[in-house]
Amino acid sequence: MLVQNFLEESAHRFPNKVALIHKGERLTYQEVDQKANKVAQWLRSQGIQRGDRVAIFLDSSAESVISLFGILKADAIFLMLSPTLKTQKLSYILNNCQAKALITHTNKLGVVSGVFGSVPNLQFVIFTGNKDKIPTSGCPNPIFWKEIDSLCSNNSSNPSNSINSQHVTCNSQPETRNSTSASDLQPPTSNIDLDLATIIYTSGSTGNPKGVMLTHLNMISAATSITTYLENVPEDIIIDVLPLSFDYGLYQILMAFKFGGTVVLEQSFAFPYKIIKQMIKERVTGFPGVPTMFAILLQMEDLKKYDLSSLRYVTNTAAALPIEHIKRIRDAFPQAKLYSMYGLTECKRVSYLPPDELDRRPGSVGKGMPNEEVWVVDENGNRVGPGVIGELVVRGSNVMRGYWGDPEITDRVLKPGPLPGEKVLYTGDLFKMDEEGFLYFVGRKDDMIKTKGERVSPKEVENALYGLEGIVEVAVIPLPDDILGQAIKAYIVRRNGYSLTEKDVLRHCKKELEEFAIPKYIEFRDSLPKISSGKIDKLTLKQEIGQ
Amino acid sequence: MSIVNEIRKFIEENFILEGDDHLGDEDSLLEKGIIDSTGVLELVAFLEETYHFKIKDEELVPENLDSIKNISQFIQNKLNFSRESVDREDGRS
Repeated sequence: MLVQNFLEESAHRFPNKVALIHKGERLTYQEVDQKANKVAQWLRSQGIQRGDRVAIFLDSSAESVISLFGILKADAIFLMLSPTLKTQKLSYILNNCQAKALITHTNKLGVVSGVFGSVPNLQFVIFTGNKDKIPTSGCPNPIFWKEIDSLCSNNSSNPSNSINSQHVTCNSQPETRNSTSASDLQPPTSNIDLDLATIIYTSGSTGNPKGVMLTHLNMISAATSITTYLENVPEDIIIDVLPLSFDYGLYQILMAFKFGGTVVLEQSFAFPYKIIKQMIKERVTGFPGVPTMFAILLQMEDLKKYDLSSLRYVTNTAAALPIEHIKRIRDAFPQAKLYSMYGLTECKRVSYLPPDELDRRPGSVGKGMPNEEVWVVDENGNRVGPGVIGELVVRGSNVMRGYWGDPEITDRVLKPGPLPGEKVLYTGDLFKMDEEGFLYFVGRKDDMIKTKGERVSPKEVENALYGLEGIVEVAVIPLPDDILGQAIKAYIVRRNGYSLTEKDVLRHCKKELEEFAIPKYIEFRDSLPKISSGKIDKLTLKQEIGQ
Repeated sequence: MSIVNEIRKFIEENFILEGDDHLGDEDSLLEKGIIDSTGVLELVAFLEETYHFKIKDEELVPENLDSIKNISQFIQNKLNFSRESVDREDGRS
């Protein structure tokens, strides 16, 4: 079983069902599948071989989705890159994984042209967008996306229309499918589920991103577990405003294609009213979000006046939802189930809280998802009992293969598991479990603040601050301090219309936190910087003050 | 300073880095990567403070805010509208 089978099987079962809606364009499963087949054929004809890396550098679009499946069908490995990457990081990633090809848009030339001289393995670049803007020099073998579509029709080897006048043929061994054109047919594959499907680059604490290697089995296992607990059905219509470079956003596509649903693909949450309108128009049933999106949504005056009755479920991950926001989201979407979840790129997802536990345990991220085991260990790797804080360990087929090209760092997180030869994932996150096995996130192992000799979790301080009415967003970071060791600084974004003062905040903290956990410094901001997944960018905040 | 220039100045001072492509009046701020979801919030705060009006939730749409031209047009319309209301209150038409 391979990831592209999700698409192929849905195309077989529901060929004329709308799979993807983007900017008014609607594509059926059959259309997506056939276009992906063409991309696969073309990639193979250009010399892409099993295991080669092909990078996608696009804003969320139909082409992003078609490309990823096309790459998989060619037995290659796709990289969905963040569309906000700048030249230096793009160059680093392309070199790190030795990408052979890049699929991008002409409006990204500002960033992309900077990499041409410095990525020796790059053999060709496919451009969507404006044909006239495609570079005629400097760029390795540029080709226009639309020409791939026309090159492979009718399975004939015509002199191509490509920029370099290469003679391109699309060879495929016809399979027994009902299709008008041989090139619309599925290319044969050699991969098995142990082979890599993708590499997802995720931010590293050292500064350089790390490539998380995921096999077809990893992705299928995770997608199966998640669609099981979300109880997805073919009638589900998911709105995906999350970046596809973030696994949370990417999997909305993969899962929807697995169960034969529809995805409404949006590029940004910058205009929340536009997203709401889409949700109403398309009768969206599933809304995956992150805390910053919910914070923006909750700033709107009166969500209840919009008819969002079609919404069946809302999910949250990436960071914890402040309990205040959990209440307000459930209030705004009373008929929808809210799932608080936790995971990391290295294993896709770890846990989810069954919605009916929200009243009893709003601060929990639940228990391990189906077909997975989790436990908490002390510094020596021994399992600890309920109530004891330790590091969370994850075991399951969703656990990554490792970090691309970095066996040393891989060995720090993938350690021997119970069975011979197996590896389990040490998450680097501190948790505690209650008597019934429900998990509570305490903080990143390396994020704990040491102040006055005490360990303080920034999250603990943040949660306390979220409990104060009028606070929308908080980020707590440590600062070196001669006397305390580290001092706590809190950046606070106030809700429109609330004029909280430092005194108000401190008064609240004194009620909620132990003395050493009360922030020494408080700074009010209009907004906080974010990284591409929507999480608050604490690194930038630290850098602003020279940390 | 004209409205268009005021907007351009705000955007250039707050969102544009050296080395970015020149931003045309009609370029999409989102597509050019100039602004993101929190950037829109900052822009809204600036507009409300500078022009002394409230922007409603339903007005937070690309047609009103996604380019220098759209923003200027949007502000102009808002200002004209409030001026008309004031005139009407005075008994003039």
